[in-house]
Amino acid sequence: MMGELTKLTLAEARDKLRAREVTSLELTEACLTAIEGAGALNAFVHHTPEIARDQARAADARLAEGDAPAMCGLPIGVKDLFCTKGVPSQAASRILQGFLPEYESTVTSQLFDAGAVMLGKLNMDEFAMGSSNETSCYGNVVNPWRRGNDDTALTPGGSSGGSAAAVAADLCLAATGTDTGGSIRQPAAFTGIVGIKPTYGRCSRWGIVAFASSLDQAGPMTKTVRDSAIMLGAMCGHDPKDSTSADLAVPDFEAMLTGDIRGKVIGIPKEYRMDGMPAEIEKLWADGSAMLKAAGAEIREISLPHTKYALPAYYVIAPAEASSNLARYDGVRYGHRAKLAQGDGITEMYEKTRAEGFGHEVQRRVMVGTYVLSAGFYDAYYNRARKVRALIKRDFDDVFAAGIDAILTPATPSAAFGLGEMQDADPVQMYLNDVFTVTVNLAGLPGIAVPAGVDAQGLPLGLQLIGRPWEEGDLLNTAYALEQAAGFVAKPGKWW
Amino acid sequence: MLDLTYETPKPRVISGAKQDWELVIGMEVHAQVSSNAKLFSGASTKFGNEPNANVSFVDAAMPGMLPVINEYCVEQAVRTGLGLKAQINLWSAFDRKNYFYPDLPQGYQISQLYHPIVGEGEILVEMGPGVARLVRVERIHLEQDAGKSIHDMDPNMSFVDLNRTGVALMEIVSRPDIRGPEEAAAYVTKLRQILRYLGTCDGNMQNGNLRADVNVSICAPGQYEKYQATGDFSHLGTRCEIKNMNSMRFIQMAIEVEARRQIAIVEAGGEVVQETRLYDVDKNETRSMRSKEEAHDYRYFPDPDLLPLEIEQGWVDDIKARLPELPDAKKARFMGDFGLTDYDASVLTAELDAASYFEAVAQGRDGKMAANWVINELFGRLKKDSLDITDSPVPPAQLGGIIDLISSGDISGKIAKDLFEIVYTEGGDPAQIVAARGMKQVTDTGAIEAAVDQIIAENPAQVEKAKQNPKLAGWFVGQVMKATGGKANPATVNQLVMEKLGL
Repeated sequence: MMGELTKLTLAEARDKLRAREVTSLELTEACLTAIEGAGALNAFVHHTPEIARDQARAADARLAEGDAPAMCGLPIGVKDLFCTKGVPSQAASRILQGFLPEYESTVTSQLFDAGAVMLGKLNMDEFAMGSSNETSCYGNVVNPWRRGNDDTALTPGGSSGGSAAAVAADLCLAATGTDTGGSIRQPAAFTGIVGIKPTYGRCSRWGIVAFASSLDQAGPMTKTVRDSAIMLGAMCGHDPKDSTSADLAVPDFEAMLTGDIRGKVIGIPKEYRMDGMPAEIEKLWADGSAMLKAAGAEIREISLPHTKYALPAYYVIAPAEASSNLARYDGVRYGHRAKLAQGDGITEMYEKTRAEGFGHEVQRRVMVGTYVLSAGFYDAYYNRARKVRALIKRDFDDVFAAGIDAILTPATPSAAFGLGEMQDADPVQMYLNDVFTVTVNLAGLPGIAVPAGVDAQGLPLGLQLIGRPWEEGDLLNTAYALEQAAGFVAKPGKWW
Repeated sequence: MLDLTYETPKPRVISGAKQDWELVIGMEVHAQVSSNAKLFSGASTKFGNEPNANVSFVDAAMPGMLPVINEYCVEQAVRTGLGLKAQINLWSAFDRKNYFYPDLPQGYQISQLYHPIVGEGEILVEMGPGVARLVRVERIHLEQDAGKSIHDMDPNMSFVDLNRTGVALMEIVSRPDIRGPEEAAAYVTKLRQILRYLGTCDGNMQNGNLRADVNVSICAPGQYEKYQATGDFSHLGTRCEIKNMNSMRFIQMAIEVEARRQIAIVEAGGEVVQETRLYDVDKNETRSMRSKEEAHDYRYFPDPDLLPLEIEQGWVDDIKARLPELPDAKKARFMGDFGLTDYDASVLTAELDAASYFEAVAQGRDGKMAANWVINELFGRLKKDSLDITDSPVPPAQLGGIIDLISSGDISGKIAKDLFEIVYTEGGDPAQIVAARGMKQVTDTGAIEAAVDQIIAENPAQVEKAKQNPKLAGWFVGQVMKATGGKANPATVNQLVMEKLGL
């Protein structure tokens, strides 16, 4: 029974809670037990059972009074990038060792106001920089999925790998993620779950450790499209504390899930057909297209001509912003400070603290970002990347203006790969994981990954749908139609 | 608004060992915006609070914290721009200036490099009656102040006070239009005066609320005119920037000594190196802080946490409509309406409070007389007690009352000074004091005539002398005034003395 409870979707659990068939405390205990038994996955890095039980009891009290907001009593995990009051929030970095925020991020605060129960903090790539979860100071998360009978440990993707693994392994009903270049969608695709990055400005960034401010967005990672609709509604909304937060009303996303996409025009961008793309991905994409067509949508080939410049532009802009955003981790006020030798001054304190506190990938990006912003290189790199970004956005504007409602692409260029497989590869090989997702961040659009099939080894594969700005409701509905048509029901076999 | 005609002052010329040199000076003034809260956080800006009392999560750069613009600071910058007759940019943007320092928690200062909120303006800097330099303002941008590092509290540790971190500054950048140390100080004085009139900066230099970076270069006579004609800086010498000056006197001393240093280098066949320098007051010398090669690479880029700052023309117009009368206009009005001299008008408009005081006194009275009383008697007396005009024990109505008593002939000028001292030290209504203490001037000709007759009768020798030399009649007037205890109307005394002496 306990195991069954954690398998519930948010929608199912919500209905059972409201019907008083189950209590939040029972759901919560089931999840806590599942988490206890899933140490091998290394998904949760801080456990907060006491907070969870308190929140669950409070939710049960609200449910008893008939006051049941959207997330009431639903146990979730929170990515370590979100600052949670009094709970370690380290962005999976040594440099934030021991940091306990005295504030609650807007997104988690809204989730708690909506009755959500926090089970703990989820592992991730350090400062959300990575696509395999191997840059975490806590060690990598392991994907609950395995290739057939092969027990090679696979990556859950990154950076929201802990969130993806926890949801896929039924440790929690849903989790928060963040997405700067694909960090929600790629791990969602690698673990067979749904993840949506909303339009830039939909979710407040206040209280989320910044990676690249102009690209970062929070979003839900859930078992179903319906769950994403429910949870996104609770997460987003205008926040005066974030100047880039949009002052727009939040529609009832769940109510928009009709599954009716007749007459919708779906664009298939030819530039996303990459050389050397695995046949399985090609087939998945074609199948997805056929499913949407069968559901009544019109399929149209489109061109997004500047796509090939997206990845280099992204890997200039994101590190540039990161190099500045991470300057505050200097050992002066909080977090790690290196032990200094006699005679060391402030420069040594900075150098030693940051050398000890930041992992290699973070250091690499800080250095790249510092370089592209430096005098003499600014125009050649940063400014050019900004121009490319504007052109990429215009590509999307043009196709939307031409009547395209959503764009269908693969979510990732492959299924989950083995942990350590990329260790000796050029970092650019790893960056290629983001090839289908970064355009969406650069253009500030909503994008959703939906599990749509499995590869020959039984690993999940995802498709991505990209929507018009601020039309997450419509995008979720298209994703819902795709989800129904794909009928993805596979689950990882429990080995942990 | 201002139709004062003025001539341009001569540039300061310093004679070197080989030739004459002219000075070229540009200023970057950092003025702390008068506001209750910081530029991007709600923390207080109150001066003198306990260290680190005025610090929000944003100021301390805690993870995930975001800046939100304080609209009032924007309004203050716009008001300042309008006060300097400057272009207001309806679209501006914030950039990050990146560098590491413990009193800069974010690791960057939010500033406006590429798109400042205020563009070109101007400041008329008066150097004396009818002599003024029009200094062009290049731009004003909003930026965050840094905190304070304290290195002398402990031999092994430094301390940081973040109270000032994130407080709004306006950086007001001039063109290199200033031509001498005195002009530089006068420029800052005038700018400070305008800011104080506008209420956008309190101008307190001691607290560091107004400080200047001074760019100094030298050039041979004639070169500056070439620069002016072409805009080509190569006609000018290499400049050095003297950082963080917060005293008018030190600004002048630093420019003087820096110019002489540069002249010595150039005349010895060397080249001035562009660099940032610090002025050492004790040694009266400037010292290299960092050279161009060592200069920080600030890696400016648009701050992605903030949207471009867009303001509406209507809002700007509204601020403009509510601008107070500014020093130049007030001075011109004082000269026109009250017949004041250029000098008196300058003195009276230097501070808004003094100008308002004067106006209250002068209203419906003789302007020149009011100016004399305010400047000579009141200012002099206040200065003796180190009091500010706002702390004056004599309110404008009472000083006006004293002037009224003089005008009506009730008291003489001499009695008026005694009366002023009484009002100043004891308070009270001037007319009542005059009545109660019998200070009223005697205008009864009978009484005065008797006194005149008596003096004439008692001094026949003097009478004879006076008849030879009419200038000596004044002696009789003085004697009569003395005999009447100073209360006789001097005009009447004078008239009667002349009559009786047959002059």
